[in-house]
Amino acid sequence: MVLRRFLRDSGHLVRPAIVLLAAMGLFLVVRSAVIPKAFGQYGHYRPGALDAIRARPISFAGQDTCVACHDEQAKVRAAGKHAHVACEACHGPLAKHADDPTANVPKRPEVANLCRRCHEKDAAKPQGFPQVATVEHSAGMACNSCHQPHNPHL
Amino acid sequence: MDISRRDLFTMGGKLLVLASVGASLEQITGAAPPTDAYRMAEHWWGMIIDVDKCIGCGNCARACSRENNVPSGYFRTWVERYEIEEGRPPHVESPNGALDGFPPSKREDVKSFYVPKLCNQCADSPCVQVCPVGATFVSPDGVVLVDETYCLGCRYCVQACPYGCRYLHPDKNTVDKCTLCYHRITKGLTTACCESCPTGARQLVDFKDPKDPVHEFLRHNKVQVLKPYMATQAKVYYKNLDGAVR
Repeated sequence: MVLRRFLRDSGHLVRPAIVLLAAMGLFLVVRSAVIPKAFGQYGHYRPGALDAIRARPISFAGQDTCVACHDEQAKVRAAGKHAHVACEACHGPLAKHADDPTANVPKRPEVANLCRRCHEKDAAKPQGFPQVATVEHSAGMACNSCHQPHNPHL
Repeated sequence: MDISRRDLFTMGGKLLVLASVGASLEQITGAAPPTDAYRMAEHWWGMIIDVDKCIGCGNCARACSRENNVPSGYFRTWVERYEIEEGRPPHVESPNGALDGFPPSKREDVKSFYVPKLCNQCADSPCVQVCPVGATFVSPDGVVLVDETYCLGCRYCVQACPYGCRYLHPDKNTVDKCTLCYHRITKGLTTACCESCPTGARQLVDFKDPKDPVHEFLRHNKVQVLKPYMATQAKVYYKNLDGAVR
C-alpha cells in the first residue's frame, strides 16, 4: 500500500532515474570495449605503443656489425686519425647490406663533397679541428688522390 | 566423524604447506620465460653534447632523416650556427636543418660556433602535460614518445614544446618527433645521429647504468640544459654552452 503510493507519487523521479542508470551502464560497456586492456599500465597511455615504436626497422647497422666482416679496413682505420669515425658516418646507412651483402652492394662515397663537409675551412669550427680551404689546398684535385680516407695522414 | 581442535590445526597446517609448494611450483614452471632481454626499468636515457666538438657537418641530421624517414622540410634533429657580435643580438642560421652542411663562415671577427639540437627528452615534459588524449608520454625508460594511433593531430604539444622539436607529419597528420631512436637503443645500438657523428660531439647515455661515461662527464665538466628556467627536467646536457643559445 505504502509502496504503491510511493511509486505513484514519485514516478516522475523513478523514470528518469532508470534512464540515467541505463545510460551509465551503456557508457561503462562502451568504455570497456573502446579502451585497450593494458591502458594505464605505465601511465596515461597505451603500452602497446612502445612495442609498435620498437618494431620499426633500422637503417644503420652499427659499427660492430661492419667490423665483424670488414676487419681489414677496420684495422687500417683504427691506426689513423679517423679511428673514432664510424663506417656508416661516411658510407651511409647499410643495414640492408649487412642483412644480405651480395644483393645490396653499397656505392662508393662521393669524395668531393664528403671530405669537404667536415674539413672545409670555416671560422665556426673548433680551432683544433683539421680544416683547409680546398681551393688553395688542392685546387680541385680529389682528396683521395693523396690521402687514403681510412687513414688520411700522409 | 569427530575432529578435535588439535586435528583441525594440524590438517590446516599441512594444507597450507601443500598449497604454498604448489603455488611456488606454478611460479617456477608455469611462468612464461621473458621473451626479451631489454628491461625498461633498468634504463634512463639521455644525451650529452660537447659543443666544442661539433663541426657542423650535418651528418646527424642526414642520418636521422634516413633512419626515421623524416619528411623533407621537417627535422627531428638539426644543427644551428651562431654568430655573435659583441653588443648585438646573435645571428642564428640552420640552412635546411644542416642536411646539406653549412656554407663556410667567412667572418673571423665574430664569435661563432655550431649547436646540435634535438628533443631534450624532458622528464617533466610540457608536451606530455598538454596532450588531451594520452597520445604522447614519457616511457618508463625516459624517452618522450608519440602513439600514432592515438594522436588526434591537435598540435597542442607542438605549441607547448619550448624547444620547437615537434611537427605535424604532413602525410600521417599525426605529431612526429625524435624518438631517441627507441627502435635502436632498445636493441643495444646507439642512435643514428650518435652513430654517424664523426667527432663524438653527441653521445647517447644511460643515467641508470653506473658504468656509463655520463657520470664522469657530469662530474668533470660545466654543463647546461637548454632553457633551464622552463623547469622541464631536460636530459640532454650541453658542455660549454654559450649563454646566447636558446
